Amino acid sequence: MAVTPAPRISLAGSGALLLDGARGSFDDATQELVWSVANAARTLEGVRETVPGMNNLLVLFDPLATDAPSIGERLRSLWASTDAHAVAGSLHTVPVSYGGARGEDLAGWAAHCRLSVEEAVRRHAAATYTVAAIGAMPGFPYLSGLDPRLAWPRRGSPRLKVAEGAVIIGGAQAGIMPMTAPSGWHIIGHTDMRLFDVQAPSPVLLRPGDKVQFEIAGIER
Amino acid sequence: MIEILTTGLPNTVQDLGRPGYLALGISHGGAMDSQALAIANLMLGNDPSAAGLEVALYPFRLRAHVDISLAITGADCPISIGDRGYPSWWATAIRAGEVVVLEAPRSGARSYIAFAGGLDVPPVMGSRATDVKGGFGGLGGRGLSRGDRLRLNTAECLLPAGGFGVAVEERQATRNGNAYPIELRVLPAAEFDAFTPQSHAAFTGGEWSITNDANRMGYRLSGEALSLVSPLELLSHGIVPGTVQVPPSGQPIIQLADANTCGGYPKIATVIETDLWRLAQAPVGARLRFVPVSAEAATVSLRTARQQLEALAASRMIIVGRRR
Repeated sequence: MAVTPAPRISLAGSGALLLDGARGSFDDATQELVWSVANAARTLEGVRETVPGMNNLLVLFDPLATDAPSIGERLRSLWASTDAHAVAGSLHTVPVSYGGARGEDLAGWAAHCRLSVEEAVRRHAAATYTVAAIGAMPGFPYLSGLDPRLAWPRRGSPRLKVAEGAVIIGGAQAGIMPMTAPSGWHIIGHTDMRLFDVQAPSPVLLRPGDKVQFEIAGIER
Repeated sequence: MIEILTTGLPNTVQDLGRPGYLALGISHGGAMDSQALAIANLMLGNDPSAAGLEVALYPFRLRAHVDISLAITGADCPISIGDRGYPSWWATAIRAGEVVVLEAPRSGARSYIAFAGGLDVPPVMGSRATDVKGGFGGLGGRGLSRGDRLRLNTAECLLPAGGFGVAVEERQATRNGNAYPIELRVLPAAEFDAFTPQSHAAFTGGEWSITNDANRMGYRLSGEALSLVSPLELLSHGIVPGTVQVPPSGQPIIQLADANTCGGYPKIATVIETDLWRLAQAPVGARLRFVPVSAEAATVSLRTARQQLEALAASRMIIVGRRR
């Protein structure tokens, strides 16, 4: 097992600790450890919820049932002793209509990447992405695995409304909007696949560890 | 059955929230002033987590279509039922056809109306709270509109004639949170040490005011801009209500009940859980101060708050018991 540097642990109020295992940019191996520690920590006495982020983990506990120093100690020991393993997630193929009115940043994105629109789209659809974490809004997947050539820093000011189904790029991350909401990410296309359906027995489609591939349903310039 | 006669979309059905789903991106949500809703419920003999109404926009009017019992807590606002005036923090029985009116608060911001039995809306993922961002819970996942009708669960509710009120000591002492500046106890958060000494001094030494950009997701503040010793690029991470983030503008944002479950801005501090009601009751323009506190003191405060609720639940039985 690779030696894992000790995570930074900080208070998030009196009832939560943030365990940060990030070493600069996002790292897949660290994320597998985050998932494993999240599962193990859920069974600790007094722990209420674990929230995997990007190379970090928020752990909520009842401060009247336990205390931050003892939870912190247990998290450190779990981080050092837990075997990280990939999650055998499902593969989801997401059809995308690139560009057009529902993919308004397509041309700007390709230009930023110094690629033709076709080549940028081809690369976006060629990669296999991993759902690193779900968060921000119900069912929103933070996808790792974006071709570094396709990264584009977030907008200076967020759009107040980005439509459900928007296929988006934010820095080195890819994503899909599960609902219409504000976002500072760039919109390169649209999918009709629903990621969040509160009526469904399992309302959130994607889970950490799942794989996502985009399929080119069309390109509109 | 109750019917909403006058309202605005910021008024919603809320309970004590939807914990357990942060890892699916679903906020805890629930009443911004959870203590006020819990007390309103306990006054009626309800479970503290029964669903009631959170009123943030006034005037608010509803009509009872049957005889019901209700309790109104939270902001100090003029209340009338039929032709009778009532103080806030009061529980009473009302007759079918009577209209309940809440006018703009003298102090505080949010009022809670609990109903004996609780509002009968379908639970979604264990809660009846409205999640406006996700469009679910409460009444169709949206704020209240004129003409909306809400059913109540049936419950027996014994009240003394004329009802009864409660006085919450800490709310008396702070005039319901409007003794300016409002003091919020904070614990340092992950990036506290990454801010400049001058920013540390400004954060706890200066005054902040709540801007117009304030809702159930969070409040943007204005004051002396805070800055980092050197720029930080953070990966997205889970956050809790009360988190004080500092975006590049240097003007803090306090994340609240409906906040996104993950964020990326540096965090200077977290407002302790037992002071979140002070924010819920702070109107736009209110001035705030941040007061550092120890984790032990925050825990003591939480223990005291829970004991107060337990004591209230017990003492209501005594009040009602005398009527039997």
